[in-house]
This record gives sequence, C-alpha cells and structure tokens, in this order.
Amino acid sequence: MSITAASALDVASIRRQFPVLDQDVSGRPLVYLDNGATAQRPAAVLDALRRFYEMDNANVHRGIHELSRRATDGYEGARVRVAEFLNAPDPKSVVFTRGTTESINLVANAWGGANIRAGDEIVLTVMEHHSNLIPWQMLAQRTGAQLRFIDIDEQGRLRLDMLDDVLTARTRLVAFNHVSNSLGTINPVAELTRRAHDAGALVLIDGAQAAPHVHVDVQAIGCDFYAFSGHKMGAPMGIGALWGRREIMDELPPWMGGGEMVDLVELSHATYAPVPHRLEAGTPNVGGAVALAAAIDWLEGVGRDAIEGHENTLLRHGMERLRGVEGLRLFGPASPDERIAIFPFAMDGAHPHDVATILDAHGIAIRAGHHCTQPLMRRLGVPATTRASCWLYNTTDELDRLAEGLEEVRRIFA
Amino acid sequence: MSIDRSTPDLGGLYQEVILDHYKRPRNRGEVDPHDADVHLRNPTCGDEIRLQLRIEDGVVTDIAFTGDGCSISQASSSMMTDLVKGRPAEEGLALARRFTEMMHGVDEAAKDKQLGQARVLQGVAKFPARVKCALLSWEAYQEALKQADR
Repeated sequence: MSITAASALDVASIRRQFPVLDQDVSGRPLVYLDNGATAQRPAAVLDALRRFYEMDNANVHRGIHELSRRATDGYEGARVRVAEFLNAPDPKSVVFTRGTTESINLVANAWGGANIRAGDEIVLTVMEHHSNLIPWQMLAQRTGAQLRFIDIDEQGRLRLDMLDDVLTARTRLVAFNHVSNSLGTINPVAELTRRAHDAGALVLIDGAQAAPHVHVDVQAIGCDFYAFSGHKMGAPMGIGALWGRREIMDELPPWMGGGEMVDLVELSHATYAPVPHRLEAGTPNVGGAVALAAAIDWLEGVGRDAIEGHENTLLRHGMERLRGVEGLRLFGPASPDERIAIFPFAMDGAHPHDVATILDAHGIAIRAGHHCTQPLMRRLGVPATTRASCWLYNTTDELDRLAEGLEEVRRIFA
Repeated sequence: MSIDRSTPDLGGLYQEVILDHYKRPRNRGEVDPHDADVHLRNPTCGDEIRLQLRIEDGVVTDIAFTGDGCSISQASSSMMTDLVKGRPAEEGLALARRFTEMMHGVDEAAKDKQLGQARVLQGVAKFPARVKCALLSWEAYQEALKQADR
C-alpha cells in the first residue's frame, strides 16, 4: 500500500483498524469505493458499541441505578461531543435522530408546521438528495407553500447569480447540502447563508456528505440548522443529529409524542420537557450515540487536517486517472478546490449498472444509479451515473485499480 | 474481444450476442395502431421500458419497445420481442414463465430450446442484482397482454 508523501496520514495503519476492508471479493482484495452511501466503521467504534451493551446498557434519564447513570452519562456526553464536533455553542440544542433524513423531517414538521403558511416560499437547489427535497414537498403540499430552486452550472456548481431572483420577501427557509452526494461539489455555505439571512430567511444545511470529509463549524457558517448522519463517518447506522440555533430550538413544538419528551402528564394533556428532550420521544439510540461519540473521538485522533490532506491527494489522483479513461465523462467541478473525493461519471456506450457489475467482478464496490437525486440526473441529462466515493482509508493504488477496471468496461462495450 | 477469465462469469454475462442485441436492438420503436401500451420502470435502478403490441386473432402480429436501461435489460427486450412476434399470445406467455424460471436458476428451463436465443441470458441468473434487468421486458409483455384483454 503506497502512502503519499504529501499526506501525514499513515494509511496502512488506518486500514488495519477497519476489519471489513481485510477481505477478498471476486478473488481480489476488496476496494471499497461506496463511502458516499455508507462508510465502514473502525474497530474503536465497534468496541465502544460492544462495550456499551456489555457493560453499561440501561435506559437513560429515568433510572436511579448505576447502569442507568452510566448510560445517561454516555448519552449526554455524546451530545457534548457532537456539539464540539460542529463547534456548536450549546449542546442542549443538539437533538439525536436516526440520521440526516430524520433531522430534516423534524425541522419540516416541527418548525415548518409552526411557521410555514400558504404563499410562503422555501428555496432548495436542484442538487438536493431526496431527503432534503421530499420533506419540503410534503410540507408545501400541507401548507400551500411554494418551492423554488437554485440551478447548477455546467460544472455542477450552484448558480449564485440566481439568488437575487429566487430569494424574495416571501422566502422563509433556504435548505441546501454542504457537499453534494451526486457531484462532490463543496457549496459556498457561508455565503449562501449570508444571502439567505439578508433576505430574512432561515438556513438549513444537509451535512450528510460533509461531516466525514470537511471541517464543519456551524458558528463560522452562521446557519440555523445543521443535519448529519453517523453512518457516513464511521458510526453505526441509525444514529445522527440535528443542531439548531438555541433560540429557534427553544420555540419548536414537539413533533413526536411519547416518553422522554414530557414534563407533567394528565390524561387529557401534557406539558413538555425543554429541548433537546422535547424533540426526542421514546427510548433513544443510546448505544448509537455512544458509538457516534467514539467515531468523533477517533476522527479527531486521526486529525481533520490529515484526513483532508489525504483525501485531497486521492481527489487529484482520481481525477487524473479517470480523465485518462477514453469516453469517460466526469461530473462535478473541474477544480479540485471546489469538490471532495467523490467521482461521479458516465461512460460512452456503457450503462452504469454494467459498469458496476464489471467492477464488482474485479472486487471494486461502487454505486450505480440515481443516488437519490432523480431531478439532478434529469438536469444532467443522464438516466443514472456511476459513482466512486472515497474516504480516509482509500489509497491511490485502489484508484488505479478502479481505472484498470474501467479499461475493461471499455474493452467490452466500446 | 478479450474478457479476463479470472473474473467471475463476466464472459458468460457479456456474450457477443447479448452485446449485439444491446448495440443493435431489434424491434425498437412504436406500433401503430396498437392494442396495448405498457410503461414499466424499475425504481431501484431506473431501467424503463415502453412496450406496444398489436394482437390479431390471438396472435401478436407486431411488437416494439423503447426505453433506457443497461445492456441486459435492452438485450432482453430485443430478444423477447423477436421471440414472441408472430406467435400466439398464449405461447408467448408460456415462454415468459419459462424465461422467469431460467432467471431463477431452473436448469431444465435453461435447456428449453423454445427460448431460442434468449437462452444466452441464462448467465444473468448468476448475478442476482441483475436478474430484474432481464425480467423487466417479459413483465411488460405479460402486462401488455392483460391490457389487450381488457
């Protein structure tokens, strides 16, 4: 395994911490390049999850006994770690969810239900994942609000020149991804936030693809809501978080009722707990939260700068190799400064599913399809794309194997 | 064409005749007038087919398809239309059942000469993620017969 001098990351040592990577697929060492869909978990995270269930498992908040105290400490400690991870000023406005999708649905239901009226406008972009589109469609259908969209340019970058037209006095919310899952574009989130605020709108950012790769600082961005998922950054599936500005979160009505979220309950009515618990009905995913905190610890132990440096090496190497494949069209920004190491592409004469099957036969895991961005696929004029997406354990050798696999696609289909 | 034989069955999947039907599909287009017009999509992968056919005295006298999809779905559509065109609709239905059995790994079905050229798709059965691609056009055919019956 080659380690590039430019990165301070010891990739060989990192890879040894991911048990799943050490296997053969189709008779060759697995090359896992489907990190945009879900990443793998390091042993430290799996150990933390196991340790919770083996040693500390109990329900949180209500118990007086030792195990409940430990579970509560683990759960609330994880909330503090998430706040630190996002540089959020106040852990109390971090709500645990199943992931980005649930976080956005929470805002659409609780905030949207209380604040959106007929004629209001919600501004989205054409590059949104269905998880940052459908909840707003549903809200618009319920309330009579209108959805408006920021388009992209030929390189898959948001057209900021449209903002003057799209943002109006009726705009209540602007919601967009930090990094596009289908293009790899890193959006100018601070600038977008400033423009939205100037128009009097709130800002929600879908950070699902950003959290594993780029430094997230909600105070520097200035946004009002930030959502992300654990499973794309080394934590288990089924845990994620929503951060919201405290004064907004304090005003949010509950969106699900049940245990954990109440203050005083009568048969006919109840009063509710303050945030965050008001928004966390039912037994939470305590093990998941503990493991998410372990993933944050692990990532910060590796070092955000080292991760970004290594991924930048992968990005530049991958772009060069893929551009060398005849008949391959790489989507997303031409400049590596504007994207992360996600490689979405189309190949002349070869459908993405055929590309995926041939690469799978070479032990290479990539994704083919619409990537939950059907409107974006139509915008790009393709039925589907093939996407290779990297994380910190990938190597330039693996991208070479990807390029070799694509040469075989060419041999079969050209 | 050289296919690396060390990779699992890729050669069996992407045979010359399949690639030929993919690159030069038969019966691509529309049927006018038609007795059935069916549009099927596979939401997980985006493959889609629009199938039109005409039936006269119980015989499929014309059939054609349009749509987008992978090599397997397009080749299967091309072969299916070739196979059922000019045949009694009922015979085509029996072939649809036979083809479906072949996709589910039934050996006798794969040996059934009635399936003609479509037998080359038997290799797809070894790629479970791709079986639905091969079946889409046959599902559209069965749906079209139901529609024509109404």
